[in-house]
Amino acid sequence: GINAEYGGPSVRTMISTRLAPSLRSSVAVQSQSFLYRSQRPLSSHRFLSSLVVAEHDHKSLTGGTLATLTAAFALKGEAVDVLVLGKDVQSVAAQAQKVNGVKRVFVSSSPHYEQFVADLLTPSIVQLQNQEKYTHILAPASNFGKNLFPRVAALLDVSAISDIVQVVDGSQFKRPIYAGNAIATVKSLDPIKVITVRGTSFDKAPVSNGSAEIVNLQPASGLDELSGKITWVSKEVTKSERPELTSANIVVSGGRALKSAENFKIIYDLADQLKAAVGASRAAVDAGYCSNDLQVGQTGKIVAPQLYFAIGISGAIQHLAGMKDSKVIVAINKAEDAPIFQVADYGLVGDLFNVVPELKEKLASKKA
Amino acid sequence: MSLKVLVTCKRVVDYAVKVRVKPDKSGVVTENVKMSMNPFDENAVEEAVKLREGGIAKEVVAFSLGPKGNQDTLRTALAMGADRAIHVETDVQNVQPLAVAKCLKKIVETEKPDVVILGKQAIDDDSAQTGQILSALLGWPQITFLSALELKKDSNKVKGVREIDGGLETLEASLPVVLTCDLRLNVPRYATLPNIMKAKKKPIDVKTPADLGVDVDPKLQVLSVEEPPSRQAGKKVENVDQLIAELQKIGAI
Repeated sequence: GINAEYGGPSVRTMISTRLAPSLRSSVAVQSQSFLYRSQRPLSSHRFLSSLVVAEHDHKSLTGGTLATLTAAFALKGEAVDVLVLGKDVQSVAAQAQKVNGVKRVFVSSSPHYEQFVADLLTPSIVQLQNQEKYTHILAPASNFGKNLFPRVAALLDVSAISDIVQVVDGSQFKRPIYAGNAIATVKSLDPIKVITVRGTSFDKAPVSNGSAEIVNLQPASGLDELSGKITWVSKEVTKSERPELTSANIVVSGGRALKSAENFKIIYDLADQLKAAVGASRAAVDAGYCSNDLQVGQTGKIVAPQLYFAIGISGAIQHLAGMKDSKVIVAINKAEDAPIFQVADYGLVGDLFNVVPELKEKLASKKA
Repeated sequence: MSLKVLVTCKRVVDYAVKVRVKPDKSGVVTENVKMSMNPFDENAVEEAVKLREGGIAKEVVAFSLGPKGNQDTLRTALAMGADRAIHVETDVQNVQPLAVAKCLKKIVETEKPDVVILGKQAIDDDSAQTGQILSALLGWPQITFLSALELKKDSNKVKGVREIDGGLETLEASLPVVLTCDLRLNVPRYATLPNIMKAKKKPIDVKTPADLGVDVDPKLQVLSVEEPPSRQAGKKVENVDQLIAELQKIGAI
């Protein structure tokens, strides 16, 4: 709710000291909304208004960004704007424009933004913040957001709030700690809340018939000089026809029990039969059975699909952190006391090298 | 050339401990619980020591902020090969990454390192922020989530391969630079007993946040800590046919 940042005791405080308890809460709520409509704050902040910094691939917004928009709407503020930074971002801006509830889409294009180097994106966000004075700035808690947002918070001299799973109100949020084994309710005392949002905790905002205004911005100054200090060299990204891991309905994950990169093929085969995304435990990635972008876990990707197959994965705390919000979990493991069976809805104790091909074949023949 | 490397380490509940939430919901149980150096910080210390062993760095200074127990963590860093350590001592709970970074910035201003290496995230609060904040406050470039690092002698540039959502990317940064490490960067060494003994003689310089002029009271307060929604064990199925039947019954496939 309203707090002292606006330069005086809140109306709610004043009312609650004068009224009988039974009347306090209902009157306070009514007065609060009256306050929103009529009183200007003493500081130059607007009432609650948010900026969502979009993550995209120059074609469309990521699912995480759409989930972040939902989190922004949950703040119930005056306005939600979007900032799209990149090289040629017209289609991304056009998509953002269509999300119902977005007021303005700020677009800034520069070759310096093309590879999403955090140092080069930061100035533009800070500049827009200084111009528009949002109370909340949000981004998805993806690799992109995690890399970038602490910088933004630092330059605004506030504490960033990482990986929120729930909006309690404008200054209170819930976030996982200790690999999701505990959920902390945190309260920010800062005047600007800089937040990254866990994509699996919020529904994706629908892209339908919104008609936000598009506002073009000049790129921030000083980028040529900055890019002398930090230069993007190259990237190696896995090109795949399979669904994207963090937004797939079904995920098939393999662990160290696969024993080799060649063996990992049985995971891919099952995934393709189910039209699923492929994931992996840290151990499998460390052992070189598959690439790092498949890693699901506390320090990898967080997924919450309808159906998650954990194959040859023991179920270490750190892996569970990345998938325990899946709707249905199936575990296939040779060890009947593997911790994964503690969270699996369906567990099959058996040799994955027999079970998985059999599962794939039977699913294929049912389809045929 | 001889670079000076500042490396940070945090004392956290050991990664293998199954944490429990306190009944009064004020936090997580840490009494009588095994504490260790944050795993990602082990990679950071290892990388720093490797730079010194490779003749690229001349000195490795370890840093930790926290209560007196953090000196155990610093002794581990010293036993792994750091030359000396700085302990910013405070009993304040839930010190935020912003405050840690501000303390680090003050240390950087006196120590003048060329490279600051941190772990990419601490496994207790899972914030993954301190390195990026420090980079922004110092105006130094950052390369985060490193899985490979290339720093050549007599070069003022560093190349880092970092893990991103789609795979890997390579950035090049000029010194001085802030780096954060992922687990795949290296294999941290165990401190050998002789090195542990030697480490007892290495200096730990103790300061307070007040000495550095930094207010570490958290602007992000923890109001309460609760258990996550629990997940019960389900049922075991005997074979693939049963599994398929169960999944079809609930409409999962």
